[in-house]
Amino acid sequence: MEAFEKKIIVIGGGPAGLAAAIEANKSGIAPDEILIIERDSLLGGILNQCIHAGFGLHTFGEELTGPEYAGIFIDEVKERKIGYVLDSMVLSLTVENGERIVTFVSPTLGFQRVKAGAVVLAMGCRERTRGALNIPGTRPAGIFSAGTAQRYVNIEGFMPGKRVVILGSGDIGLIMARRLTLEGAKVLRVAELMPFSGGLARNIAQCLDDFDIPLYLSHTVTEIRGRERVEGVTIAEVDEKRRPIPGTEEYVECDTLLLSVGLVPENELTRGADIELDPVTGGAVVDSDMQTSAAGVFACGNVLQVHDLVDFVTQEAYHAGHSAAMFTEGGIRAADDYIRTKGINGVRYIVPQKISRSRLGDDIKLFFRVANIYRDALIVLRADDIKLNVIKKRICTPGEMENLVLDKGIRDKLANASEITVAVEER
Amino acid sequence: MTVRNLTCIICPVGCRLTVKIDRDGKVATVDGNSCPRGKKYAISEITNPVRTLTSTVRLENSSEKLLPVRTDASIPKAALFDAMKRIKTIKVIAPVKRGDIIVPNIISGANLIACANAKCLNDGK
Repeated sequence: MEAFEKKIIVIGGGPAGLAAAIEANKSGIAPDEILIIERDSLLGGILNQCIHAGFGLHTFGEELTGPEYAGIFIDEVKERKIGYVLDSMVLSLTVENGERIVTFVSPTLGFQRVKAGAVVLAMGCRERTRGALNIPGTRPAGIFSAGTAQRYVNIEGFMPGKRVVILGSGDIGLIMARRLTLEGAKVLRVAELMPFSGGLARNIAQCLDDFDIPLYLSHTVTEIRGRERVEGVTIAEVDEKRRPIPGTEEYVECDTLLLSVGLVPENELTRGADIELDPVTGGAVVDSDMQTSAAGVFACGNVLQVHDLVDFVTQEAYHAGHSAAMFTEGGIRAADDYIRTKGINGVRYIVPQKISRSRLGDDIKLFFRVANIYRDALIVLRADDIKLNVIKKRICTPGEMENLVLDKGIRDKLANASEITVAVEER
Repeated sequence: MTVRNLTCIICPVGCRLTVKIDRDGKVATVDGNSCPRGKKYAISEITNPVRTLTSTVRLENSSEKLLPVRTDASIPKAALFDAMKRIKTIKVIAPVKRGDIIVPNIISGANLIACANAKCLNDGK
């Protein structure tokens, strides 16, 4: 069948997709040449179920709830009359002979193929599951990922259970501990595999301490019991290699287990298009224009790297949307000559993974995460072996994404660099 | 003089605060804050702890079942469950606009406001 054409296709209508589409329009693409394809029945993405406050401090100077933050961008998409389809699932992205074809199904449009001048990947991420963790035991009802429980409570209006144990102290688990408690459940405890929590300190305070919910660091769930419904879980302490310590097992009666154990960028479509992925971030390898290894395909938001603050998702998405627009005007070409970025010495990864040597005209922001908690540390930026910048940090944790800007002074020194490294060093 | 350790909840940084409280229960000193809001938080937390509350209410005549809501000002921490009890009884009928007051003065002078728009069922998307 014939494919119709659009200058910009944005896959995903959450905060990343919305911002990318808006910026593409601001960059000169007509609103009817932009199409956001969203699988849910409304725009807003994961923010629709994040009813708690804490979004937008950098962008708007105040802390909004998820729906309020999303609402501002949804309103702008509608005001600008940017095209979007809902309840529509992209089945594949193919990039062949310089052409990008997006295939999707929609209740209103049916089965469609669209030829895209540029594509922005904004599919977000999903959660790791019990299967990924290999927790032994029976398979009763009552085991949910924290995000699924959040959708049940905040969108569908169901309580997942009454007596809850949560595995994982990332922010989603902490936020759900509070939400379930306020809605009348008893959250018995939160177990965390690592010796530190992955969530923000303030969430430990306002989600656990506020409600006297105990946090067991260096603990994990080693068994689930229950025939039709969860009856209890066994929790054990773990050693420095994260192996359960025999003799420390404790059986906790409960009817619900929530798993908050990590997010995985949702890159099925990206893999299907043979686009290069970074095994550490789980997202595409991109350059400083947010362009992937496929010409004219850009990535932003949680599908590129799992973010903590939606403000950085928005910034990254504005960048990708602008680049996508420039690509359709011939302003960006896939470069051959790249400077690689590399996280070393405690820095787990850097996005973007490469910088085009021909595009050092504008400020470039590097996003990165550290592997452990570092106090009173130095973040050291080098081009090959030459120190270009050193930043003092009181504290860096794996749960808080960091960034540093390559300003003109730094970029002027990159002309002949082959590799940029970012490292954490003691003071 | 007693000493309490708090984590400030005002912004994502979460400064660890050390608060010295004199015999009358008044805050004598606050250390560890990176900004003046942290000091204000410490004093408030010791004398009269407050929180903002976010939740959902039942929505009728709309494609969504629930409407996210929030208090537009902080309420006493001790009143959170009381506020939740009142919120549970509320049903809102679409249309609703983000920012609309759903219940004026739900507790302690704070209004309950809508966090999202909700169109009527017979309205187009």
